[in-house]
Amino acid sequence: MSSDIVIAVDNLSKRYVIGHDSRHDNLRDALHHTARKLWRRFRWGTGFRTEEFWALRDVSFEIKRGEVVGIIGRNGAGKSTLLKILSRITEPTAGRVTLRGRVASLLEVGTGFHPELTGRENIFLNGAILGMRRDEIRRKFDEIVAFAEVERFLDTPVKYYSSGMYVRLAFAVAAHLEPEILIVDEVLAVGDYAFQKKCLGKMETVSRNDGRTILFVSHNLFAVHQLCQRVVTLEKGRLFSDGTPEAQIRHYMGANVKQDACLSLASAARALNPVGHAQLRSVSMASGHAGSPWVLPFDGVLELVFTIHVSQPLHTLELGLGIFNTQGFEIISTLSSWQQELGPAEPGEYSISVNYGNIELAPAVYRFGVGLKSNAGLEDYLPEAFDIEIAPSENASRLNLSTIRGAVARSARFKIERID
Amino acid sequence: MTDPATSPAAPGLVIEAGRSETHYWRDLWAYRELLGFLAWRDIKVRYKQAVLGVAWAVVQPAVQTFLLTFVFGKLAKMPGGGVPYPLLVLAGLLPWQLFSSAFSGAGNSLVGNAHLISKVYFPRLIVPLSALAVALIDLGILLLLTLPYSFCFGVWPTWRLLLLPLFIALALLIAFGAGLWITALTVKYRDFRFISPFILQIGIFVTPVGFRTDFLPNWRDWLALNPLSSAVEGFRWCLLGGVTDFYWPGLATSLATTMLLVGTGLWYFRKTERQFADVI
Repeated sequence: MSSDIVIAVDNLSKRYVIGHDSRHDNLRDALHHTARKLWRRFRWGTGFRTEEFWALRDVSFEIKRGEVVGIIGRNGAGKSTLLKILSRITEPTAGRVTLRGRVASLLEVGTGFHPELTGRENIFLNGAILGMRRDEIRRKFDEIVAFAEVERFLDTPVKYYSSGMYVRLAFAVAAHLEPEILIVDEVLAVGDYAFQKKCLGKMETVSRNDGRTILFVSHNLFAVHQLCQRVVTLEKGRLFSDGTPEAQIRHYMGANVKQDACLSLASAARALNPVGHAQLRSVSMASGHAGSPWVLPFDGVLELVFTIHVSQPLHTLELGLGIFNTQGFEIISTLSSWQQELGPAEPGEYSISVNYGNIELAPAVYRFGVGLKSNAGLEDYLPEAFDIEIAPSENASRLNLSTIRGAVARSARFKIERID
Repeated sequence: MTDPATSPAAPGLVIEAGRSETHYWRDLWAYRELLGFLAWRDIKVRYKQAVLGVAWAVVQPAVQTFLLTFVFGKLAKMPGGGVPYPLLVLAGLLPWQLFSSAFSGAGNSLVGNAHLISKVYFPRLIVPLSALAVALIDLGILLLLTLPYSFCFGVWPTWRLLLLPLFIALALLIAFGAGLWITALTVKYRDFRFISPFILQIGIFVTPVGFRTDFLPNWRDWLALNPLSSAVEGFRWCLLGGVTDFYWPGLATSLATTMLLVGTGLWYFRKTERQFADVI
């Protein structure tokens, strides 16, 4: 194995035995179970059948020194199990991992924080739990406090902290660990946005300047995208794919940026209890092109065409759209009634076109939620109807889009005049 | 790719099923500071928001001393043999207090630190060990108060006091062995949270805390089966200046059972430890 590789995961598997036959949290169950097992073995020569669940199955990959690798996957894909094995919290059932260097894992911010202890005391306690030496903590103490911005409350028990302060302090301790390998799970899901940015920035500097390896699991695809050079996707305990963040994230969005030009909405997940007199049937993107119908160039015009089915006469009809980013924030909300009334509508099939003009969203993947409303109430609602991707266009590269931080890249008219 | 275990270039940490054994004792040493921090946290937190604070460390044994003196000395009229009865009880209570606090602390320690176990790696042995450290500190406080108390009764320290650390070590080992068992069992079967107070309630009577064994020759060998008996006798022998008679065969039995307790405790703890994170 090349010495450049700091994490080598080789056919790693983890099996959990599930079902109520297998775990006995109290003694009576355990005794009862043992007695029954013996009886069955005696009578029929068989034990209990237990159901097995492979949280991880034959996962292999290698990570080189200084790489920042994101791990994504749906709930239950095995991400947490993988991290738990890598951080030695639990043992694998089969396979092996070779780690080269000091590992620090951050499966949670503020592990071991005690609410009764003060900020100062918790810094030491948490540092020790994360594997720092006392003199190391003492050396970095001021830096940690400054990073967390909690100077004034250092001697206050953390139970009186706001949740934001708590998270900041907790992350600050973790951010000052100096391991060769840092394993981070979902920690950025908490805390305010500005602090999240700061954390990402810190992690970025750490990996870039100190050549540290970071393994980063997050549902925050935005963060994964920003931080990682490589993304590993897990699916149902297996390694699904391994590659550049762009391709992987697009996949994670559910192979969602579909290839069909006209997307049927008949089977899409519907929320709530709609009235159902009118139903969304399909959607297509008028401005999409043949190869990738759901990819829109940054400077293109976004026009969507929905088909709907109306089964009862409706006096009014209203279409509502929400555009969500990968973090789940609704960035743009639109209601048809702002412009015009779509109803009344007799039973039949209709097509509704929606033209946003140039939507000016920064290049990324976006998810649409679509709803239909009438005088009778909410007719249909698809919170996760479909996804589109805004791609950087040739024109957009001239606009220097990589430097924008906003979700929306809004043009404005500027004018300069000399006034002296 | 060569086998990393045989590659001389950079010996890495290998994680494999059943492999945790190799690094365990080295890790335990590396995490010794954590042991200190956990004990420090438990002590610090215990008396927060308690008006009497550290005084509780004294109140409890004081009440127990009074009760045991009353029950054994006054009601049962057990002989004190020239030693003031409260002092006799107090000297026996010291190792018992050490044991019971370490034992109940250890029992609750892993479940109480469940959030740590499921989120961070460290040798799990640290947790019951920190309960032991807390109990040791309590003992220290009590001992500091016991000595002036015994001066009041006119009992002055002799050279035997220098041997006290040996008996403290014995009591610690017993508490450690029993603590390992109760810790591992509590993680798996929460029933032991209810069982351990029982054990302690019975224990205080089968351990000669409230009476002198040298006046019960028929029972002496039976009592010696309880390893704590020897620790109690040892404490008395050291603190009361040799007024009480020390039963040497009892010590041999006690040492043997203690070793057995610690050995099997370690074995069981290590055996179940790797499932802790999954079960807790």
